[in-house]
Amino acid sequence: MTPPVTSAETQAMIDDVLSAYPPKVEKDRQKHVKPNDPGGAKECEVKSNVKSRPGIMTLRGCAYAGSKGVVWGPIKDLISISHGPVGCGQYTWGTRRNYANGQLGIDNFTVMQITSDFQEKDIVFGGDKKLAAILDELVEVFPLVKGVSIQSECPIGLIGDDIDAVSTAATKRLNMPVVPVKCEGFRGISQSLGHHIANDAIRDHVLGTREIAEQTPYDITLLGDYNIGGDAWASRKILEDMGLRVIAQWSGDGTVNEMATAHLAKLNVLHCYRSMNYIATTMEERYGTPWTEFNFFGPTKIVESMRKIAEFFDDTIKEKTEAAIARYQPFFDKVRETYRHRLEGKTVMLAVGGLRPRHTVGAYEDLGMEVIGTGYEFAHKDDYTRSYPELKQGIVVYDDPTAYEMEEFTRRLKPDLVGAGIKEKYVSHKMRTPFRQMHSWDYSGPYHGVEGFAIFARDMDSAVNSPSWNLFDAPWANSKKS
Amino acid sequence: MSTNPDALVVRDHNTLFKGPEYQEQRERKKQFEAGSSPAEVDRVAEWTRSWEYREKNFARKDLTINPLKACQPLGAVLAALGFAGTLPLVHGSQGCTSYFRGHLARHFKEPVPTVSSSMTEDSAVFGGLSNLIEALGTAVHVYKPDMVAVSTTCMAEVIGDDLQNFIANARTKGAISETIPVPYAHTPSFVGSHVLGYDNMLRGILSYLTEGKKGASNGTVNIVPGFDPYVGNIRELKRLLSLLGVKHAVLGDHSDSLDSPATGEYHMYPGGTPLAVAADSINAIATVFLQPFGSKRTRETVDGWAGETVTVNPPIGIGSTDAFITEIARVAGVAVPDEITAERGRLLDALTDSHAYVHGKRVAIAGDPDFVTGMLGFLLELGMEPVHVLATNGDETWANQTRELLAASPFGRQATVWPGKDGWHLRSLVLTEPVDLIVGATHLKHLAREADVPLFRAGFPIFDRHHLHRFPIYGYAGGLALLTQLVNLFLDELDRNAPDHSFDIVR
Repeated sequence: MTPPVTSAETQAMIDDVLSAYPPKVEKDRQKHVKPNDPGGAKECEVKSNVKSRPGIMTLRGCAYAGSKGVVWGPIKDLISISHGPVGCGQYTWGTRRNYANGQLGIDNFTVMQITSDFQEKDIVFGGDKKLAAILDELVEVFPLVKGVSIQSECPIGLIGDDIDAVSTAATKRLNMPVVPVKCEGFRGISQSLGHHIANDAIRDHVLGTREIAEQTPYDITLLGDYNIGGDAWASRKILEDMGLRVIAQWSGDGTVNEMATAHLAKLNVLHCYRSMNYIATTMEERYGTPWTEFNFFGPTKIVESMRKIAEFFDDTIKEKTEAAIARYQPFFDKVRETYRHRLEGKTVMLAVGGLRPRHTVGAYEDLGMEVIGTGYEFAHKDDYTRSYPELKQGIVVYDDPTAYEMEEFTRRLKPDLVGAGIKEKYVSHKMRTPFRQMHSWDYSGPYHGVEGFAIFARDMDSAVNSPSWNLFDAPWANSKKS
Repeated sequence: MSTNPDALVVRDHNTLFKGPEYQEQRERKKQFEAGSSPAEVDRVAEWTRSWEYREKNFARKDLTINPLKACQPLGAVLAALGFAGTLPLVHGSQGCTSYFRGHLARHFKEPVPTVSSSMTEDSAVFGGLSNLIEALGTAVHVYKPDMVAVSTTCMAEVIGDDLQNFIANARTKGAISETIPVPYAHTPSFVGSHVLGYDNMLRGILSYLTEGKKGASNGTVNIVPGFDPYVGNIRELKRLLSLLGVKHAVLGDHSDSLDSPATGEYHMYPGGTPLAVAADSINAIATVFLQPFGSKRTRETVDGWAGETVTVNPPIGIGSTDAFITEIARVAGVAVPDEITAERGRLLDALTDSHAYVHGKRVAIAGDPDFVTGMLGFLLELGMEPVHVLATNGDETWANQTRELLAASPFGRQATVWPGKDGWHLRSLVLTEPVDLIVGATHLKHLAREADVPLFRAGFPIFDRHHLHRFPIYGYAGGLALLTQLVNLFLDELDRNAPDHSFDIVR
């Protein structure tokens, strides 16, 4: 079957795939899966940011994942306590690859699992006393810790614990920010509310509480880069090459101090809109700090974004930006020269969190690849509005796709590459479909920035052109038929 | 490959950030971090390796750091995957299910189909009944399982959802048929660990499927592996039972569910114990449990069956495998074939060949209680000397039995057993009383690096090495696999650290 190219063909495929659902579910899913219209026609808008149907095998996680896993966890000199039973912290222990410099367990607490390990008695009698005791023990065992966040797991909000009171008392007692975060997994409908809650907690407890000695007109904050495989370092390099001074990184390889001083930036540059637009808006309202979105995946978007950011500054920055672009160009050309002929015309299906299903499209196109299906786990309407123009007419856009839909669209569209998460990876491999994890960069990276593009290209090539895909058929497979 | 000097050199995170431009960036960033001074960091780091710190660390009462255990419903999902056509359904918040699927997928490198009832804030108020009914209805309609095995997250447990009642309701309301089996287990995350969750779910499945099936003996021996992260173990057990000529049923068998061939087609339910076999397991002549601590709940149920109940240690190494084979031969009334004796001899032969490189090595070991006990048996046979023995999810009973095992060997007498302690305790133990080797799962890698000793990866979860779980560590074949990896790990270390004159051609 050739992949559908017109909206009508895509709609027919969607109808067929969704017809396997019970009628109520089918009707609901129809609103979430549409052929793309780059102009954003009303009838092609997908519904988003609503509950997943129970039992449908959603790819989504929870608010705790959005808060601890995404926003707070990467802050390296602060300890995020997974407050509640042992599991949540265990499953997020070191798996996201938000890199940080520093000595683990001494002045860097990222790849650690620190938990109140709730037992039955804590559920019955409440965990506030235990939490207070934990905070006291924490500073004894980790004397260089600079702050604490309390990441609430489901039971906390259900048993009526008052982590606000415990945190307020501890902030005074320990003389450092102790931040209560009410990101229980049952709140909201995905990771997304967790991002929002996490942003608000930083706003209420850390942001704007410290100063920096000397300011410059070129001070910026890098928002929404979690330093997956070193992404933020690669991004920071470009920003510094442009002559800008990055005073804070949120939150990959970030520190409490950077959270506290970010308000002094002259501009906030925002990579992951979905997870940090809240704090960008807050700083705009509170401090009048302008903010701009950017995209550091692949040459086209990198160059476009550099110029867009430079527009906020004077000619010094603009000149440095153009000089940097000129320096990068031969490298970009070489990457394309090396990989493009191997990837030209290859098709890609994506399903990632709240940014990459649109932000990586340009990087694929820089390599001559074509995105033929994409969608988000937890995006909102404003993310989709930003996506439609980036995508070709008629390709399938799926919001909160289910395991069944991913499998069926893969089967029907036969993409040359699927980019999604660990839960989808091995299904794709069984189906003889090359795959890259697009949350963790499949243990590679960085994918952001100048060098990141080469790594991205190398990895996509290694997936698409692995000889293993040609070995699936046993030589005797056809002769076995009776 | 190209020898073109202008060819693109791709540097990823492993090398890129070592470059001067990134090292300078790192230094520049420090002015905004308000971090501790390098001298202060070094001082504290050194102090945390001291006996003084160890005492402070062990004085912790409420704080848990790097625990080596997961939560109950994770185990419940694995138990469910041990049965044919079975879809695990976890009743509660949906994030948990995503975590279980990811965690197991990272270890097994396989798809892990599991659905959630996706409870949200309104379920916290009204209960999760309607969520569970819809989840059952939709999951059965779309994913067409032969059985759905329901477990719970802490959310469902805290609000007190009643699975038995809810599932009955789902049938009454017509969301699912009257006939599809839907066993369940309450698996609160704030009790026990993933091991208990496996046990509870297995008991739930067996109780459900065997109800009313009591009949004449079927001549079968049941094998209950428990939470077993090695699909190779289950395959090895089946091979041994076949060699012994014993009709057997593995309860449950996730070896094909979590190690299916790549064919170009995805099958959601590629293996598992057939439900009819599980239903008939009540009529076995005997049920053999391979995890004394990991199968307690299931054994309570099976004790009520007609056949004999036998519990052995996990068959790791010679003595434990001998005990396992002896018990199987006894309950099945068969003689041990020469082929098995020859296998035993081959492992022993290899052991005598390699013993010099492992003898006397000081070892720290951590992991799930039965895994630790099983591995200890083999380490002692190798003349290795366990020093620190730790199980976060082990209790005092486990500790006492493990102490007895250790005391029985001259190589085990210096060991100290630590039930309920975590990975940060282990760090203090290893840094104050050094060892030559750490045996355990991936999360101990930071400690191994800091202590500058190799980590022998065994147990669960292993995320950062590939395919170890596809090979057995059980049986004589498993012993040979373990020995081979172990001795070569030491030989690699010898070579890596050898002065030129000692870089020997023959070892």
